[in-house]
Amino acid sequence: MAGFILKRLVQSIFVMLAVAFLAFSLFRFVGDPISQMTGIETTAADQERLREELGLNDPFFKQFARFTGDILHGDFGYSFRTREPIGDMLLTRLPATLELGTVALLISLIVGIPAGIYTALNPRGVMSQSILIGTLIGVSIPTFVIGILLIFLFGVQLGWLPTYGRGGTVEIGWWRSSLFTIEGWRSLVLPALTLGLFQLTLTMRLVRAQMMEVMRTDHIRFAIARGVPWRSIRYRHALSNTMIPVITIIGLQFGGVIAFSIVTESVFQWPGMGLLFLESIRFVDIPVMSVYLVVIAFFFVLVNLLVDLLYFAIDPRLRVREST
Amino acid sequence: MLTVENLSVRFRDRYGTTLAVEDVSFDVRPSEIHGLVGESGAGKSTIGAAIMGLLPAAGEVASGRMMLGDTDLRALSPAEAHRIRGKRISMIFQDPQTSLNPLMTIEDQLIETILAHEKMRPDAARARAIDLLEEIGIANAATRIRAYPHQFSGGMRQRVVIALALCTNPELIIADEPTTALDVAVQAQVLELIQKLARTRNVGFILITHDIGVITQVSDTVTVLRAGRVMEQGQTRRVLGQPEHPYTQALMAAVPPLDRKLDRFRLPSVEGEEVDADDTAQAKEAEDWLMSGIGSGGPSLDLQDITVRFRGERTGMFGPREDFVALDGVSLSINPGSVMGLVGESGSGKSTLAKVVAALVQPASGQMRLDGDPLQPLRTRRRDDPSRRLIQMVFQDPYSSLNSRHRVIDILTEPLWLFDLEKDQARRKRLVKAMLALVGLPARSLDRYPHQFSGGQRQRIAVARALLSRPGLLICDEPTSALDVSIQAQVLNLLKNLQTRFGLTTLFISHDLAVVRQMSDDIAVLKDGKLVETGPSEAFYARPTAAYSRDLLARTPAVRFDKPTT
Amino acid sequence: MLRRLVRSEGVWLFSRSPAAILAALVTVAIVAGALFAPWIAPTDPYDLSSFSLIDGLLPPIWEDGSDARFLLGTDDQGRDMLSSILYGARLSLGIAAIAMAVALVLGLGLGLAAGYFGGRLDAIVMRIADVQLALPAILTALLIDGISRGILPRELHDDLRLAVITLAIALSLWVNFARTARASVFVERNKDYVSAAIMMGQHPVRIMLRHILPNIVGPLLVIATVDLASAILLEATLSFLGVGLPADSPSLGTLIRIGMQYLLSGEWWILWIPTVFLVVLVVAINLLGDFLRDLFNPSLR
Repeated sequence: MAGFILKRLVQSIFVMLAVAFLAFSLFRFVGDPISQMTGIETTAADQERLREELGLNDPFFKQFARFTGDILHGDFGYSFRTREPIGDMLLTRLPATLELGTVALLISLIVGIPAGIYTALNPRGVMSQSILIGTLIGVSIPTFVIGILLIFLFGVQLGWLPTYGRGGTVEIGWWRSSLFTIEGWRSLVLPALTLGLFQLTLTMRLVRAQMMEVMRTDHIRFAIARGVPWRSIRYRHALSNTMIPVITIIGLQFGGVIAFSIVTESVFQWPGMGLLFLESIRFVDIPVMSVYLVVIAFFFVLVNLLVDLLYFAIDPRLRVREST
Repeated sequence: MLTVENLSVRFRDRYGTTLAVEDVSFDVRPSEIHGLVGESGAGKSTIGAAIMGLLPAAGEVASGRMMLGDTDLRALSPAEAHRIRGKRISMIFQDPQTSLNPLMTIEDQLIETILAHEKMRPDAARARAIDLLEEIGIANAATRIRAYPHQFSGGMRQRVVIALALCTNPELIIADEPTTALDVAVQAQVLELIQKLARTRNVGFILITHDIGVITQVSDTVTVLRAGRVMEQGQTRRVLGQPEHPYTQALMAAVPPLDRKLDRFRLPSVEGEEVDADDTAQAKEAEDWLMSGIGSGGPSLDLQDITVRFRGERTGMFGPREDFVALDGVSLSINPGSVMGLVGESGSGKSTLAKVVAALVQPASGQMRLDGDPLQPLRTRRRDDPSRRLIQMVFQDPYSSLNSRHRVIDILTEPLWLFDLEKDQARRKRLVKAMLALVGLPARSLDRYPHQFSGGQRQRIAVARALLSRPGLLICDEPTSALDVSIQAQVLNLLKNLQTRFGLTTLFISHDLAVVRQMSDDIAVLKDGKLVETGPSEAFYARPTAAYSRDLLARTPAVRFDKPTT
Repeated sequence: MLRRLVRSEGVWLFSRSPAAILAALVTVAIVAGALFAPWIAPTDPYDLSSFSLIDGLLPPIWEDGSDARFLLGTDDQGRDMLSSILYGARLSLGIAAIAMAVALVLGLGLGLAAGYFGGRLDAIVMRIADVQLALPAILTALLIDGISRGILPRELHDDLRLAVITLAIALSLWVNFARTARASVFVERNKDYVSAAIMMGQHPVRIMLRHILPNIVGPLLVIATVDLASAILLEATLSFLGVGLPADSPSLGTLIRIGMQYLLSGEWWILWIPTVFLVVLVVAINLLGDFLRDLFNPSLR
């Protein structure tokens, strides 16, 4: 067991390093940092001095080592655009995105998984067919359209919910949360729904496909042949076998949530990481871009690692070694 | 106990309806083992499914009666039918690997099944489960019951499956190909177990299988099925020993005997596969072409000390890597123009040896010689090496050995242009047609695709492809294992004919000792990658020297009526 | 071969599935409209001289105050909505199709090679794929756009906008093809007909292209349709976010972004007409993709 954990850890570190490498190359080679930071008035000599000071003439790997070292210490550099330390920007923006993403993911799981199970077990019912059509359309509508639709419906026509910003937030240490006020929740509903809807359809389709496949396996047939009660066959035998591959995909879904949060935050002007990244693209703010890359990859790798460990804990075939 | 009368089952597909089972009647008494035997498509599994109420969505019982004691099985509602399952009738399937839920312990699966049909306290159920496992032959049942399915070997798993079927004390158990996926030794044990259970627990069995040897050994009564209809039925000894129906007679004539070597299988002429007169003339043309290429007969093959290792997983993070040794210092010699039979159970390494010779697997060490000249292994054999043409192979699975996206003519002309054997396109086509005639297929097969042919026909195409390279050494890797008995006999006859005419050196691989006896001049026995015994075939079968070989021969279910069926 | 196709199971099933037929018709209609836009559109929305502000903000033909020249109304600049949609679809589909083609060739090539040769090549390709999978498609596309902005001077970047977006989308999607191709190749590689070909000494490239490729077309076709839909959505999203196509040569996504300004005012058609159009197109393609998936996976029917 320890060997497995260790192996996965090493793999994760490898992926992180690869991403850091990419981020660093971005930072170093795309455009000239010096000309980005200084104006036209700065003389060539001054530019050269700045270059020396910042250590930009050092060999490649020394700079890379410094880059990773800095990040590990929490020093993320400075934004080209605003001159602020990126670390501070992260602190303010990260909680917004994480809360949004988590709520959206929860919505997609809490609704998606039961819906998937239901449509798998009752494939011919009217309810199932309509749900399926619904998901087909859901998968085809881009996230931003969903956002616009929701804003239109609930914000403009009905006027029930706010359509931009975070509403009431509460600070807990450095974490600014919108989960503790009614205003905060009201602002969270539409964006979370937007983000979650797309993920929901994906989850539902996945669970459905898996479950239908599991219901066709030999061991289910055998359970039926033994007269095991249907409830047990469906919810004990089939469901447990379905969830295992589903769990891995949920890990991947988290990545999707992070990515689509960019779009959602843009539509709702939600002050999170995604919006930050978008602005950095528009203004070619390279340091912010590369830090975003590293942070996102970190979360993604973390989630995947946890999913793998969960997988490991649940599937006895991995846990218990074979013996004859 | 079970009475089936005039049962008919039909299936709906996009072409209409077909009757998979037509007017079948038989009965099973307590303690009786009734065999349902037939080739593929005979409807045996369908009958089992119909009795259980487990027909797929496209199937339904069209007519007939199925009475279990006083209960009319057809008249039951779905809920009632489900209650009967396990309680009065149980069913077990072919593959023990996939029949058990991998996520539940054996204990949980057993207790759940018992409690589904009887009210008792869980520890009482557990006690019964443990007793049952011991009865079935699993030692240390009290500890092992907590294990998961993947922790048991194949044979043990099938025992667990049987335990699960038995734990509710049903009157009847339907066993659908229960031993087909198991090794010979394990198969023998499981069959013995079934016989014992029938006796001691008064359970009736329906044994569904295509293996005539198994039926002969174990069943009391038998029903012979063909295309959904009953051909003959009665006491096994009589029906299979002195068959009256022509189909049964033909079937028994096609079974390869273990106790002697036939010259040819006596078969009725096959409908739809008759070869016309001018095809025969064409066949002669192919024959001449082949003979001119082979000349003085096939080459000799010498293998020295072949070892093959497959990389395994590390046991721990820093532990040693456990490599799997597939072949361990195997040395073998095949005389020119003779047939060497290679036998062994699954995992013994026989296919691996073939693949080493064919340059599909790299040996860790060892040398090979073809007709005295060194034969390079996988990594060093060039693509234009003459051995590429001289060594050809017929594979086991007729469904994957031909590219389903190529037409027969493409498949067959490939060796001709690849090896520069015939440059002219028109002559190529003639040659290919001629070769088809030689293997007994009509010329119009050329424009068809593989899926339009049956398994036996596909194997013939595969043989034709092999011959079109003008080979010297032919490797047959379980060429008939996937075929029905009667088709197998035809293909074996074909191979015998080819051997007589062309004298190719042949390596004939099979796990079926009876089949190998029919084909070989010499024999070699492999066990766990080691060569156990080798020598002339008939001498081997008369008196095998190694203990393992004797054991293997004894446990092979054979069609013999001198031994009492317990 | 055509005869084989016509009599095949696929066509039979297709003719019995009203959803698939409808989806195909819609797709063909939209694609044809987009393809022949220069000939069938009433005006050319990219030609700055063809429209004027006076004609701005006119509603579609079924509302009061409309102009018969502009069937679906006009936007704030006076451009005809119908023409904008046709040309927009042309751009969206064009970009998506080319991006998908590039992704297909790249992914298929790498997937085939990785699956066939295995070993180190496989390990390398899969590592790259893993790292890239850690970054979802939108992210990759945005990154590539960002990088190119950093590398290229401003004017060049604007000129090459089309190429950059296409490249960005292609690089986000190749991984799907590669993984599917590789998985299919693994399955085929174990089959005996491949062993027979290898035994005979056939050239690996011939084996991959002539033997294996025809057998893995099925799953690839499914992925191709799904990815086409993804590519369209991706391009629309990028344009909506403002990093895709600009307002003077708008794709459907850009049109939606422009239209969003009018969400609160009365000119609903500027937003909703391109939106509905986009959604209908993607739904149709996804339906076809579902149909193909069911076709190649008969066990799911």
